[in-house]
Amino acid sequence: MAKVIVVTSGKGGVGKTTSTAALGAALAQRNEKTVVVDFDVGLRNLDLVMGAERRVVYDIVNVIQGDAKLPQALIRDKRLDTLFLLPASQTRDKDSLTPEGVEKVMTELKKHFDWIICDSPAGIERGATLAMRHADIAVIVTNPEVSSVRDSDRIIGLLDAKTERAERGERVEKHLLLTRYDQARAERGDMLKVDDVLEILSIPLVGIVPESTDVLKASNLGAPVTLADNRSAPALAYLDAARRIAGETVPMTIPGERRGLLGKLFGRRAA
Amino acid sequence: MSIFRFFSKQTSAPTARERLQVLLAHERASVGHSDLVAKLREEILAVIAKHVQVDGDKVTVKMDRGETVSTLEVDIEIPLNAVRAA
Ligand SMILES: Nc1ncnc2c1ncn2[C@@H]1O[C@H](COP(=O)(O)OP(=O)(O)O)[C@@H](O)[C@H]1O
Ligand SMILES: [Mg+2]
Repeated sequence: MAKVIVVTSGKGGVGKTTSTAALGAALAQRNEKTVVVDFDVGLRNLDLVMGAERRVVYDIVNVIQGDAKLPQALIRDKRLDTLFLLPASQTRDKDSLTPEGVEKVMTELKKHFDWIICDSPAGIERGATLAMRHADIAVIVTNPEVSSVRDSDRIIGLLDAKTERAERGERVEKHLLLTRYDQARAERGDMLKVDDVLEILSIPLVGIVPESTDVLKASNLGAPVTLADNRSAPALAYLDAARRIAGETVPMTIPGERRGLLGKLFGRRAA
Repeated sequence: MSIFRFFSKQTSAPTARERLQVLLAHERASVGHSDLVAKLREEILAVIAKHVQVDGDKVTVKMDRGETVSTLEVDIEIPLNAVRAA
């Protein structure tokens, strides 16, 4: 059975696209066929983060408008043959994404994939509501910072109102993914702590991704952070989060940002 | 993932710079909603469709936008009985 995940937040720049790519690659590495879908029409970026920007031929709007068939628009990842990308359109306007069109694409994707991960644009407008429309699972990406937490709360409200599941009287499974977390600053009292955010939003935690230069490095290289260096702190956090989403029970940790040289050597040797 | 670790030992910014230069050169050059390679792709498919009934499922189009050269690969299965009457 295909599962549809929306990666959403309300606020921009919190790490949705980074998380979509990282979780997508992590799920695909479990040998489950995974597609990451960019819903950010007009401002696509998932292709860059995935390192597929030179290979985009068709996009989701082409499929909706009948200019291309879905298999033609899907780009297979060069590193993982279970991972695919459906890019957003860069040139069309946002209204070319229609509810009927999205429904058609989703129905067809569900026939071919185990996981469909929708990268939501920022905001609470059309693009964001269409990205969450068909979701079974929502990953709410939140930074430990007041405006991000507030926007996440807003998005949680939308998930309970505007999704197909909500309209059928069912629930979307919600997971909080805390990203750009700086443990030292939280301990100094300069940043909201994990428990603060959990208490305010009261949805279960699926992972804590530390603030890390490994994320920037991965995006420079055009690789999901879980593929760029699968032993980096953010990669470990995303790999664990993916296992939790897949239903495994994994103890929660905050992978440390700095490992000593020895730790690094041994960690790598052991792999 | 040893190959990525190999890369990660070097600095990643030059890679980012090069990727952006190639990408933006193509995006800036795109005229009327599609770049040259995309335009060629559309016209090639249109010409073929004039002569052959093309089944959308049997067409694979691949692009690779490079720094100095791009490649366009159009792969079409043409069954014998698909040729349109002149
Ligand atoms: N854990 C992290 N550590 C450091 N930088 C991060 C982290 N997560 C995301 N970023 C950076 O934050 C910026 C926004 O991330 P992005 O995934 O594009 O957010 P969104 O899709 O929500 O707008 C990018 O520059 C990205 O590299
Ligand atoms: Mg984004």
